[in-house]
Amino acid sequence: MTNTTEKNNGEVIIEVKGLKKNFGHLEVLKGIDLQIRKGEAVVVIGPSGSGKSTFLRCLNLLEKPTDGDILFHGESILGKNLKIDKYREKFGMVFQLFNLFDNLSVLDNVTIGPRKVKKESKEKAEERAAALLKRVGLGDKMDAYPSQLSGGQKQRVAIARTLAMEPEVILFDEATSALDPEMVGEVLQIMRKLAEDGMTMVVVTHEMGFAREVGDELVFMDGGYIVEQGNPREIMANPQHQRTKDFLSKML
Amino acid sequence: MFLGFNFSFLEKYSFYYWDGLKVTLQLSFWTLICGTVVGVAMGLLRVQNHKTLNVIIDGWINFIRGVPVMVQIFIVYYGIATTLPAFWAAVVSLTVNSSVYIAEHTRAGMQAVNKGQMEAARCIGMSKFQANRYIIIPQAIKNVLPSLCNEFILLIKDTSIVSVIAVHELTYTSNTVRANTFLAFEPLIVTAVLYFIVTYVLKKLVGVLERRLHAHD
Ligand SMILES: Nc1ncnc2c1ncn2[C@@H]1O[C@H](COP(=O)(O)OP(=O)(O)OP(=O)(O)O)[C@@H](O)[C@H]1O
Ligand SMILES: [Mg+2]
Repeated sequence: MTNTTEKNNGEVIIEVKGLKKNFGHLEVLKGIDLQIRKGEAVVVIGPSGSGKSTFLRCLNLLEKPTDGDILFHGESILGKNLKIDKYREKFGMVFQLFNLFDNLSVLDNVTIGPRKVKKESKEKAEERAAALLKRVGLGDKMDAYPSQLSGGQKQRVAIARTLAMEPEVILFDEATSALDPEMVGEVLQIMRKLAEDGMTMVVVTHEMGFAREVGDELVFMDGGYIVEQGNPREIMANPQHQRTKDFLSKML
Repeated sequence: MFLGFNFSFLEKYSFYYWDGLKVTLQLSFWTLICGTVVGVAMGLLRVQNHKTLNVIIDGWINFIRGVPVMVQIFIVYYGIATTLPAFWAAVVSLTVNSSVYIAEHTRAGMQAVNKGQMEAARCIGMSKFQANRYIIIPQAIKNVLPSLCNEFILLIKDTSIVSVIAVHELTYTSNTVRANTFLAFEPLIVTAVLYFIVTYVLKKLVGVLERRLHAHD
């Protein structure tokens, strides 16, 4: 926000070029071009079915792009010799339905990545996890199981789990859409804090207030294309395309 | 005398029952071990979504399910494993039979784990193997254990069929008792009660296990 200009000059860490994705005959992404800079919060909005989730899932290769390229620090991630697990480690993802590991306690949900993927010691991983859980306000829930938590608490654990891997980028796919209204705020608050601390984030959301206040860049997607892109406040105040206008008038 | 039935033969013949019961339990035990190993492996292969493999496994499962167990036993004993002692031939054919059911339970148990669990695991950089080992399989086991235990109970009852190849398990020995005592009915009642006690106790244990497993839900 305050340092938008600084961020806009930041190093480009992800560059998406002509990204296409088909599911069978269904063309979902029809050519997406986007640059994501270090420390930037890119907010993606658009109607249901426009391909927002598919776009995020292509970024961390949960879906394999049909065409185009994605560069991470200037290197294509679609090359044959990419170590996909190593690459995914650098991308956190927060899901609409949390996807906490149901068989693990809250503490183990957060430590399992550092322990098994980064081979951290149990002591070190637990120490860091405890600090992260405290940071998201769940210091007292470490021994609970996911089934014992509210939606908002689950999502905060999911964010802590992601942060424990110290990712370079975090992808949020409608992180608050499945929450009861009174729990949306607690999760948005944490996301806002992350953005302020300089985390690079790509956020798919329907929360227009968040998009305006926290987003450094707003991307409006429709029909598999980026229709409009730029400063969130400017676009919301003065959308250039009819489809953006229609969408915003429904959302605001 | 009890309700007009004569159980006095038990004094002399009860050891027949114990020996038979022991063999029944041994058969069940070995079949459970082998059937679980083979069945779980088959079920895990089945969820890899390898096209040819799926066709082969599904074909095999349908074939075994479509052939009566007694015919399978005869085929194994007289046709394939002719050099094996009857006991082990029985274990082999019961393993073949129960493993396809266990494979189906395993497949269902794996597929019942929410797809998001695998995605979340891959997103924190776990390999497919790690995700299966730490996240998916533990949850699948929880899904599968109750039906596996029920399969074991069914198995104990199914072992009675191997009396046809003269394995001296409980059904076979009770027939021996009938032949020796010239009693048509009473020895069978004892057999039935023994099967019932064993399966009933196991059923209760499964109930306890299930409650333990779902303590966190
Ligand atoms: N795995 C898949 N197989 C087939 N079609 C899919 C798959 N995933 C998504 N789609 C289709 O792709 C289109 C875009 O889906 P996507 O989930 O990316 O939209 P979205 O913008 O995230 O929508 P929403 O706001 O509802 O989440 C939809 O028509 C959807 O049905
Ligand atoms: Mg979506």
